[in-house]
Amino acid sequence: MGNLKVNLCGIELDNPIIPASGTFGFGYEFAELYDINILGTFSFKGTTKDPRFGNPTPRIAECSSGMINAVGLQNPGVEKVISQELPKLAKCFNKKVMANVSGFSVEDYAYTCERLDKIDQVGWLEVNVSCPNVHGGGMSFGTDPAAAAEVTRAVKAVTTKPVIVKLSPNVTDIVAIAKACEEAGADGISLINTMLGMRIDLRTRKPVIANKMGGFSGKAIFPVAVRMVYQVAQAVSIPVIGMGGVSCAEDVIEMMLAGATAVEIGAQNLVDPYACKTIIEDLPKVMEKYRIENLSDIIGGVK
Amino acid sequence: MKQSLFQITENVKLTESIYRMRLSGDTSAITAPGTFVNIKLEGLFLRRPISVNDYDDNSLTIIYKVVGKGTEQMSKMQSGTLDILTGLGNGYNTDLSGENPVLIGGGVGVPPLYNLAKKLIAQGKSVSVILGFNTKAEIFYEEEFKALGCNVQVTTVDGSYGIKGFVTNAMEGMNYTYTYCCGPEPMLKAIFKASNTSGQYSFEERMGCGFGACMGCSCKTVTGYKRICKEGPVLEKEEILWEI
Ligand SMILES: Cc1cc2nc3c(=O)[nH]c(=O)nc-3n(C[C@H](O)[C@H](O)[C@H](O)COP(=O)(O)OP(=O)(O)OC[C@H]3O[C@@H](n4cnc5c(N)ncnc54)[C@H](O)[C@@H]3O)c2cc1C
Ligand SMILES: Cc1cc2nc3c(=O)[nH]c(=O)nc-3n(C[C@H](O)[C@H](O)[C@H](O)COP(=O)(O)O)c2cc1C
Ligand code: FES
Repeated sequence: MGNLKVNLCGIELDNPIIPASGTFGFGYEFAELYDINILGTFSFKGTTKDPRFGNPTPRIAECSSGMINAVGLQNPGVEKVISQELPKLAKCFNKKVMANVSGFSVEDYAYTCERLDKIDQVGWLEVNVSCPNVHGGGMSFGTDPAAAAEVTRAVKAVTTKPVIVKLSPNVTDIVAIAKACEEAGADGISLINTMLGMRIDLRTRKPVIANKMGGFSGKAIFPVAVRMVYQVAQAVSIPVIGMGGVSCAEDVIEMMLAGATAVEIGAQNLVDPYACKTIIEDLPKVMEKYRIENLSDIIGGVK
Repeated sequence: MKQSLFQITENVKLTESIYRMRLSGDTSAITAPGTFVNIKLEGLFLRRPISVNDYDDNSLTIIYKVVGKGTEQMSKMQSGTLDILTGLGNGYNTDLSGENPVLIGGGVGVPPLYNLAKKLIAQGKSVSVILGFNTKAEIFYEEEFKALGCNVQVTTVDGSYGIKGFVTNAMEGMNYTYTYCCGPEPMLKAIFKASNTSGQYSFEERMGCGFGACMGCSCKTVTGYKRICKEGPVLEKEEILWEI
């Protein structure tokens, strides 16, 4: 059997498969179905300084080969994540988990990351810069290289854990933002977050989503994600986590050829709760088919 | 929760737009009336949530209205298998019903009350049922509830059958110990106001997963935030906060 191990920012993963933030909760819904210790790791629900209810409902819309969500970062806040969710997770997951962090100001990010830095269970901090900057006129941190770099620096200053900056695809030049984060000290880049989308109900002539717009993800965005992962991986020398529309073992290999060290799976978990388990089981067969002995050998194989 | 394949054994039309599908398969994850299943359909990304109408050790019955692509596709299936997630949501708690509960359903809110009525009757309770529809042609399951031994009243908005008006018109002057209901939110709210007992109300929301992972279906309640798919779809009267 081929070797599935990869090294993500100094921590070895049994395989590169990582359920993406917001699609795996804090793990226990899936632990009811299978032993989640088979995963490389997983990225938990986007956590903020204070508790958030998120957006009004409907928050979900069906699309061809995908979905739109406008959950709006509902989470119990970092203190409850630390005092309630993580101890519960420890009962079903004995690996390092990836902490996904969101914020609405540079100080928010730094505060939340500093709290999570103290937690042994947390292996990596995945910093989602797709959120609006309340002090910057509401523009997303992730659309401006300087703002993304500022968040990166602020987070790096409060933690010794690897910092992975998660980028938004809703930008003109994703490479400029990735490079700015690398220069600011990021240990890795993950991409892509959801693409801004919208659906309209023909009967009511109103947007399906209460928030009007939301994040489009799922199978349909895979080609865009592969392109962006490729562009960023070509431009930076830190590890890249690829995601966006991954739904099978072949997609994982494709993402890795594009330059991904590890691969996150999002929306597919929601419609097929066994998606990650199936992918992990299928990977050795697909590797054999394409004559891959060490999965880590193919990272960035496409020049 | 369980994911498994079910075999379609029957799919019949009950009214112009309402169908009943019977399936055989592993129902071991279904533990209470008022829970729901989430159905994968060919060519559609999200699963479709549908309430359990009835179940036993190896068969499941659902009743659904054709409203869009997914339910349209279901209505055309005469045989074959469906990938279904079962055992979703909290369901109705029958312990709180008292001796003579009333069950109130409107339109496609009627189906989950059937297995609930069955369970309550098996516990020796005297069950009243109010079924609300727009018009006579839309009525289904009146006879089935009667066959269980329920005291059934039907209301139609246009007065073409039974009591003219809304389900709340049938509640007037009625004696009951507890209220169970399912239907459109304006109906639930009207029952909430008209009912003089405690009760359990079943809600709908657009769902991403149906099993608690995505936070797509959250609502605010007196006792905090709840996921309709996990801590719902059934809420107790005392915890409901109305948004409409
Ligand atoms: C817990 C629960 C139990 C339900 N039980 C029943 C039942 O027993 N019988 C029945 O006929 N219907 C029931 N519904 C409603 C049913 O889920 C929708 O009618 C169905 O999903 C419509 O799918 P479609 O593809 O035909 O419609 P489309 O409009 O094409 O669907 C588009 C998207 O919107 C979602 N959607 C549309 N209407 C609703 C709705 N009312 N509630 C939630 N999501 C919706 C669909 O799931 C899909 O993701 C229930 C809904 C919930 C949440
Ligand atoms: C319901 C839902 C919630 C999400 N919540 C978060 C979140 O809290 N933080 C985050 O960084 N990304 C979040 N995402 C984005 C995913 O992690 C992922 O980047 C994106 O969906 C693309 O992957 P996919 O196509 O495999 O879903 C969410 C996605 C979905 C579908
Ligand atoms: S639908 Fe995903 S949490 Fe309820």
